[in-house]
Amino acid sequence: MRETLASAKTYRTLSGLPLEPVYGPEHLPGFDADRDLGAPGQFPYTRGIHESMYRGRLWTMRQFAGFATAEETNARYHYLLDQGQAGLSVAFDLPTLMGFDSDHPTSRGEVGKCGVAISSLADMETLFSGIPLGDVTVSMTINSPASTIWAMYLAVAEQQGVDWSRISGTIQNDILKEYIAQKEYIYPPRPSMRLVTDSIEFATRHVPRFNPISISGYHIREAGSTAVQELAFTLRDGIEYVDWALERGLPVDSFAPRLSFFFNAHNDFFEEIAKYRAARKIWAYVMRDRYGAKDERSLKLRFHAQTAGCSLTWQQPQNNIVRTALQAMAAVLGGCQSLHTNSLDEAYALPSEHAVTIALRTQQVIAYESGVTNVPDPLGGSHFLERLTLDVEAAANEYIRRIDEMGGMINAIERGFPQTEIANASYEYQHSVEQGENVIVGVNRFTERVEQPIELLQIDETAECRQIARLGELKRRRSDSEVTRTLGALRRAAEGTENTMPYILDAVRAYATVGEISAALKDVFGGYTETSVL
Amino acid sequence: MDQKIRVLVAKPGLDGHDRGAKVIARALRDAGMEVVYTGLRQTPEMIVNAALQEDVQVIGLSILSGAHNAIVPRVMDLLKEKQMSDVLVIVGGIVPDEDAEQLKRLGVAAVYQPGASLEEIVEFIRSSVKQTA
Repeated sequence: MRETLASAKTYRTLSGLPLEPVYGPEHLPGFDADRDLGAPGQFPYTRGIHESMYRGRLWTMRQFAGFATAEETNARYHYLLDQGQAGLSVAFDLPTLMGFDSDHPTSRGEVGKCGVAISSLADMETLFSGIPLGDVTVSMTINSPASTIWAMYLAVAEQQGVDWSRISGTIQNDILKEYIAQKEYIYPPRPSMRLVTDSIEFATRHVPRFNPISISGYHIREAGSTAVQELAFTLRDGIEYVDWALERGLPVDSFAPRLSFFFNAHNDFFEEIAKYRAARKIWAYVMRDRYGAKDERSLKLRFHAQTAGCSLTWQQPQNNIVRTALQAMAAVLGGCQSLHTNSLDEAYALPSEHAVTIALRTQQVIAYESGVTNVPDPLGGSHFLERLTLDVEAAANEYIRRIDEMGGMINAIERGFPQTEIANASYEYQHSVEQGENVIVGVNRFTERVEQPIELLQIDETAECRQIARLGELKRRRSDSEVTRTLGALRRAAEGTENTMPYILDAVRAYATVGEISAALKDVFGGYTETSVL
Repeated sequence: MDQKIRVLVAKPGLDGHDRGAKVIARALRDAGMEVVYTGLRQTPEMIVNAALQEDVQVIGLSILSGAHNAIVPRVMDLLKEKQMSDVLVIVGGIVPDEDAEQLKRLGVAAVYQPGASLEEIVEFIRSSVKQTA
């Protein structure tokens, strides 16, 4: 029965692109190596943004981490740096991501659960205690309250005596994908875009080595999109940010080199590699032809990759090590600049130290043992991969064209366009899993009756109480009049058109909290509730 | 007369990961049920009020943030307070085994962990609602 079905089957990528039985030169009619490929380090950067790629420098192994309080997370950071990790990546808890302090009633039960709880500069000082911000690059996954958290980071750098011109790292600060996929928004889209543009402008003028945004497809993919949708919506978000920065009066080459990207590394090995290659190519053409960028650095799409959390299974969790290794290999063959590998236990909980070490070792095995780092874009020229890269590019460009026609991404979001596309794709995928058309080892094939238990990270239940106590103590210690004064000034700046960053910095230095700053901005900007698309 | 089973799919807490909730809502609808989806960030009070107003037989809670031990007991208490204990409550998400057992002791009818099949959930709701009807 199964055999007959198999012979009648049409083969497709995970995103549904049709596949030929075998690929040869006939599948690349009119292929122009200069236009479509270029050499590594050459326009349109399909083969990578550096001439020598990983011979020159490996990607940055950057494991996303954060849990409980700043103290516990600080200890994990010291551990990861001691294990040979090159950069840090901060995971914040849900209250922080949503702009609530740890002592807010809405935060109950969520403090320190999905990441570290940061309510004020005092927490940030603890988080980076003993970590020299002039030497370590730090990525922070924060969106709606991104400027507040970034201001705290800049204030810690000041305290360490490190000049802002020397610090480097990334804030995610990609609000558009929040409306599209992850749903951690506070304000309506337009004022949110103003805050993002404020931070891009501030970085351009004062923190030139920092990436003020990481335009993210990761969450779009996790929400159930296809690879093509992930690519298209992310790049179209990028176009929206460029438009807003230009509108602000920034010359394109002043900020475009600091725009960074973040993609998912999912299961379909070749489709993922094609996606990264197509991403670089589309962006290079967009920046050159749509915006007239001249600086080569503006044309080069740099990206972080993370293996697909949604592909990890609860069943037979050790298999997740293998999934992650394959996904990480795709990201490396696709030319990523930094990489996070998920831990085997992440369908259950935040990773244990043991699990996160295996995940980091997976990257080290790829980097130092597999040999794939010896030449740039080793799969370049494969008939199959080049065809797939062209197909992914064409399909993504078609989406970008449709969103242009709608008047841009904000209009598209307000219509629910990307949200509906993703919901449809995720439902179809789930359906195909139910039908057994997509196999998930250990879930719908090769299942086992008895599961081997694994050891999990337990978040100390006292973390919430300790964090609330710390915050209460801070609120008694700080100068209330300074907090009131700086928040008032911020409110007035938000009502006008000035850049809000200097005012947020003042408020942060006065130990105003994430909750207070977000509330002040919400007074001015209002809140946001989406119309749910089913 | 063919009475459709009425289900409220709810997303409590701060977690915005609504992929599972949306897939479930659609699957239940495709299975012929009447589905109301609350949208994001609902408090237990909002959820129980919606369940009352919509006169549902089933509440499905989707929680992936680890906050289930704070949220679910509150929903169960409110249902008891409003004499709605006959409403079938099911929970889906990242819920460790020990917690799942604890939630069941509080009256949750079923807990679905990652990898659960849609068909299994549909069947469970059908058979449970039939029994109580």
